[in-house]
Order: sequence, then C-alpha cells, then structure tokens
Amino acid sequence: MAPPGLPRPVAEPGTAVTGGPGQCAVRLAGVTRIYPGAGLHPPVQALGPLDLELRQGEFFAVVGPSGCGKSTLLDVLAGLSRPTSGTVEFEGRPVTDRVPEGVGVVFQEDASFHWLTVRDNAAFGLRRQGVPEREIAERVDHAIAFMGLKAFATAYPAQLSGGMRQRLCIARTLVLRPRLLLLDEPFGALDQQTRLLMGDEVLRLWRETGATVLLITHALDEAAMLADRVGVMSARPGRFIDVVTTGWPRERDSTIVARPEFGQVTARLWSNLRAESMKAMSTTA
Amino acid sequence: MTRAGWIRLGVVVLCIAALEIACRLRWIDPVAVIPPSRMAAGAWSLLASGEYTRDILLTLENVAMAFGIALALGFAGGVLLHRMPRLRRAADPLLASYYAVPTFIFYPLFIVLFGLNRWPLVAIGVTFAVVAMALNTLNGFERVPAALHQTARVMGLSPLQETFLVTLPACAPYIFTGAKLAVVYAFIAVIAGEFVLAGSGFGFKIAFAYNNFDNPTMYGLMALLLLVVGFVNWGLTAWERRLHERSAGR
Amino acid sequence: MTANVLSASPSAAWRAHMDTALLVAALVGAWQLLHFAVGGDALPSPLAASRRLVHLLADPDFAANAAETARAFGYALLISWIGGLGLGVLLGAHRLTGDVFEPMLVTLYAIPKITLYPVILLLFGLGISAKIAFGALHGIIPVVLFTMTAVRNIHPVHLKSARALHLTPAATALHVILPATLPEVFSGFRIGFALTLLGTLIGEMFASQRGIGYLLVHAMQNNEPEIIVALALLLVAFATIASSLLLALDRRLRHAA
Repeated sequence: MAPPGLPRPVAEPGTAVTGGPGQCAVRLAGVTRIYPGAGLHPPVQALGPLDLELRQGEFFAVVGPSGCGKSTLLDVLAGLSRPTSGTVEFEGRPVTDRVPEGVGVVFQEDASFHWLTVRDNAAFGLRRQGVPEREIAERVDHAIAFMGLKAFATAYPAQLSGGMRQRLCIARTLVLRPRLLLLDEPFGALDQQTRLLMGDEVLRLWRETGATVLLITHALDEAAMLADRVGVMSARPGRFIDVVTTGWPRERDSTIVARPEFGQVTARLWSNLRAESMKAMSTTA
Repeated sequence: MTRAGWIRLGVVVLCIAALEIACRLRWIDPVAVIPPSRMAAGAWSLLASGEYTRDILLTLENVAMAFGIALALGFAGGVLLHRMPRLRRAADPLLASYYAVPTFIFYPLFIVLFGLNRWPLVAIGVTFAVVAMALNTLNGFERVPAALHQTARVMGLSPLQETFLVTLPACAPYIFTGAKLAVVYAFIAVIAGEFVLAGSGFGFKIAFAYNNFDNPTMYGLMALLLLVVGFVNWGLTAWERRLHERSAGR
Repeated sequence: MTANVLSASPSAAWRAHMDTALLVAALVGAWQLLHFAVGGDALPSPLAASRRLVHLLADPDFAANAAETARAFGYALLISWIGGLGLGVLLGAHRLTGDVFEPMLVTLYAIPKITLYPVILLLFGLGISAKIAFGALHGIIPVVLFTMTAVRNIHPVHLKSARALHLTPAATALHVILPATLPEVFSGFRIGFALTLLGTLIGEMFASQRGIGYLLVHAMQNNEPEIIVALALLLVAFATIASSLLLALDRRLRHAA
C-alpha cells in the first residue's frame, strides 16, 4: 500500500480493474503499421508484425536502432494512430483511434504548455475533466511535490530547466492516475547525470503508483537499469528480436549500474542490437 | 516553380479573366472598373505617347532621393544607438511606437515648411523610411555573435579592420532588410504625398485622372505603378532571401 | 535566481524611464529651437500648438469630425481584426492555401495602397464606407500574416498532448490552440491597429469632407500651421499611448512564452 496522499491508480476504489501481478494489462497481436506512399515515395512498413503482452504493474522497456519504429509502436499503443493490421487491447478492451481512459503519455519533446504556470500545467487534465477545484489542488500539490517542483509551483515553464520541464510533463500525466504510463524517450534531451536521477524518480513513481510502465528509449543502460523486461527491436520494420528479463528486485535505484549483472544485461542487449544498428545506419546514411 | 507557385499563377490569371468577363458583361459598373485588357491598352498607349514619362521619372527620382537620405541617416542612427546603450534604452519606447503614429500627418506641415515642390515629398519619404533602416541596422549589429568579435581580436585586427572585415559583412543581411524596407516605405510615402497634394508625379497624375473621370488613363497608370513597385519589391525580396540563406544558422 | 534579477531591475527601469523623459524633453526643446529658426508662421511653438489643441478639443465642430474619424477607424479595426483572424486561421490550417496566398499578401503589404483608393471610391462612393474599406485594407494584412504564422507554428506535440489528455476538439481549440497562438495573434492586432489608423487618415486626406484627415488638408490649404501641428500632436499622443498599452499587453502575453 502506498503512503497516504500519493497517487494510487490501481488501488483507486470503484474502478473496474482488479489488478494483480501476472494479469495482462496490454496485448498487441500481429500489429503492423504501414505508411502509405506519396508521389514518388513508395509505402514504408514502419512496424511489425509484432506481438507483445505486458503484465499488470510491469516495467517494460523497448530499445532499438534509430528509425526502427519505436515511437510508432507507442503511438499505436496509445491510440494516437491506428495499426494497419492487428489488434491492440488495453485491459481487455480494444484500442482504436482514441487514447483510452487510464492511459498517460509523456513525449520526447517538451510538451509543457508555456502559457500556463507549473501548477496550472499540472492541473490541466483534471480541470478539463471537471474535477472539483479542491480535489484538484490536493492532487496537484502531491504530484508537483512528488516530482520536486514544489518551489516552482507559480513559475512558468520558460523559467525551468529541461529536466524540470520534463518532470512537469510527468506530473501533468501523473495527476490523472494512469494505470498504464507510456514514456517516449522522455529523457532523450537531458544530460547523462540528470537522466540517471530522473530514472530514479520514475522507478519511485512506478513503485508507489503500481502502474504499468512502457518506456521507449535508445539508451541501453537506461533500459537495463529501469526495466523488469527489455524488448529489443530490429531495424525497420521494427519487431522484437529478443526480450531480456533483468531480474532486478522491485526496490531498486540507479546504484545497480555498479553491479556485475548490470554489465551482463547491457552486453546482451548490445550484442543483439549491434548488427541492427549497423543495418539502420547504412540505410539512413 | 513549386506547386504553390503554379496554383498562385493560376489564381491570378483566373481573377484577371473573371474581372474581364464581369466587366464585359457589365456585372460591374463600367464607370467604376474597366476590363483588364483596356487597362493594359491604356498603360501601353501612355507609355508610347511619352506624355507621362516626365512624371514617372520625377517620382522615381524623389523615391531614390528619399531612399538615399534615409539609408545614410538610418545607418548612422542605427550605429549611434548601438554605440550608446543608454540612448538606446531611453529611445526604446519611442521607437517601439514610431510606426504606430500615422507619420503621414506631417505631410501638410512639410508643405507649409518647404512650399509646394519636391522637398515635402522627399521629407515624408525619409520620415517613413529612416526608422525602419535604423532599427534593422541596430538589429544587425546586435546579432553579430560575440565569437566573431573574439576571433577578430585573436587575429589581431585593428578596430577599423574589424568593422570592415568582420562586423559589416556579418550584419549585411540585416542591413539589406532595412534597405529593402526603406525602398518600400519611400515608395508608399512619396506616392501617397503625390496623391494628397502635389503639382506633378505618378501619384498626382492618377489622382488627376480620377478627378477628371479619365478611367483608361487612371487604370493604365495604376497598373504601371503597381507593376513597377511589385517588380522592385519582388527583386529585392529574392535578393534578400539569398543573403539570409547564405548566413543561415546565424 | 529570479529574485536577483527582480531586485536589480526597479532602479534600472526607473533610470530608463527618466532617460526617456529627458529624451522627450530634448525633442520638445529641438522643436522650440526650430520654431525660433524658421519663424512662427511656418512652425508654431510647442506652447502655441498645445494652446490651440485645448481650444480645438472644446470646439463642437472638431468633436463632430473626430467622431467621424473614430467611427470609421472603429469599424475598419473590427473588420481588420475579425476578418484577419478568420482568414489567418484558414491560411494557417491549410498549408497549400497558405503557400499560395502568402506571397500575394506580402506584395499587397508592400505596394502603395493609396493607388487603389480611387477604385475603392468608385466602388463605395464618397462616404464613410470607402474610408472603412481603405482602413481595413491596410490593417487586415498584418493580422492575417501573423495569425497564419501562429497557427502554422503550433507545436505538434501540444496537439498530441491534447489527445493524450482526452480533450475534445472543442476543448483543444479553446484550451490549447487559442492560448498557444494568442501572443502572436495579438502582435498582429497591434500592428493592424497602427496601419488601420494610417489607412483611415490617408483616406480622409485624399477625398473626404469630414474627419481629422480632412481637417489636416483643409488647414494646409488655408495655411494654418497651428491647426496642423495641434492635430499632429493629438494623433501622436493618441497613437503613442494606444501603442504603449497594446505593447504592454503584448509583452504580458509573451512573458510566459
């Protein structure tokens, strides 16, 4: 049980989800995504066919060479774009071209609304849902405190560093208590030290909310450090060529990078990925 | 040409054709608007007759004079503002609202001051153009990256050498933008002045033809003037784009 | 970090205000000197012009002319802002349409539009509608161009976020697109304001029987420089104050960006 005051999506009373470990949160079956050709450009198969099952409360990372369709996978999963074929299910219900209730997305680019303060940014989604102001204040206070933004509640995003803005975007998603959190390279633009610390934040958030997390990244060490399982994608059209189980305990943080097993996991990821990355380089260069 | 370019050409041709048909079929009052073909014929005949050559040249001369003065004064003003940050901060609110003031209201005053000759026209042209030139010059100087000045120092250039070999070439695209605006503004002000009150010139002749219900002359002159100004503007814009592309990323 | 900047700024801002006041005083001084140099018949002194302006403001005939100009300007401004906003959104939302029309608008912006005024007079007649049309013709172009750029420059990730936050299209327009484009659109409004005023006045100066522009030309023909300068003073004051207010609002809208 999470300490009082922290967002607890799974334990929320009255929701239909009976979540427990082992239950399936997300299921992708035979998913492909083909971008239609235009003029002289032939159609491009970006993804699949691809199968994937995420267990309730699992932390799953996806790594792959650049341009392999990682972000396409996330868009399809989030309901931001439709798969060309195959099916996507979230908690047993099909995902079409709407983002299902209970799914939160944090994007790679800074998506904070520059015309709103930190507090109003975080409250944005709740206000649109018509949640009472008192409850909004409570949930927003907790979320921005949780993400270490309490001192900047009245600041505008322009006054924040890149890492803080990304934390703000996470807070904005967090207040909605997502049961599935999709992270699309959220730390891609940050420096290495900040990334490690942000990794700790995400682990803490994952543990305390009990949400299922899918993290898209191009950083092997990030995937190896954060995830329960890491899916390795091939060069375009992206499909899983290996799924590595890390075997980390649920209580963990960035200090595991010092463990010898960490090196083994990263090495296995890279041995899978090296040939694919070279393929990707030669087709894009 | 790009797809948008072809469509644009098509739109223009279609509009002219539609106007031609609407005028010929008298959907539009022929006293108000004449068909484009007659406008073109009017323009050609007044060029051929040579009757208006003197006025056209006079206007171009006035524009050139206003432009030249605005260029020199504006450049000097821009450099001055750049060199004197305190003056610049003090002038900032005034410069920011300069183009909010309809400066053209000074034209009657210039006529009272200079008399009814070319100088009120040149003066109003300068008044319109000079601040755009100064602001763009200032902007150009401010955008020269500090690294360029440091490079000049490292290479041991004298201040004069630095100005001519580094600073001016680096801010040339912005100064050119100022010059382009100065041409455009000088045209707008001089023509407007000739319309309101003058004894000769392109604008005066259009106003004169309007007052005498001489539609072929009025539309002919109008078409000629818009062609000249449009062409000058198009050429300057294309040149400007090339300058800015060359210094892209700055 | 913000606290330091704030604590340093008031005195610096105060000094800049003082400097601006000094500069304005110097300009008035230069005007006075010029008055001495060319004589009162050509250029009245600042004092004489201000006195004349006070007289004018009390004159009912002047009030009627000012009201005429204000009416024409008001309608033209409304057309510029609303029409410009609508057209700008249209051209911004559809890339190809924007690409087709943008260079045409830029050209229209650069040509001396007074040339087209006779056509407008022939179409609308010598009344207030011609003035409104001419003012709007000046003001609408910057509003269209700024709005178009604003709509085109909306960050795609903001639209994606709106979907990820389960917003309806209407809520997206109201809570994401509108605030994202507002600062840029407002800059267009500000410039549109200035150009509409210029257009309306030039229209009145060329062919009109009423309005401030007409008074200016009338004073010129009767060789009354005092009235010209008094009117110029009034318009400069009006335009500067209005522009400063709009600029302050503009900066407030942008401070967050």
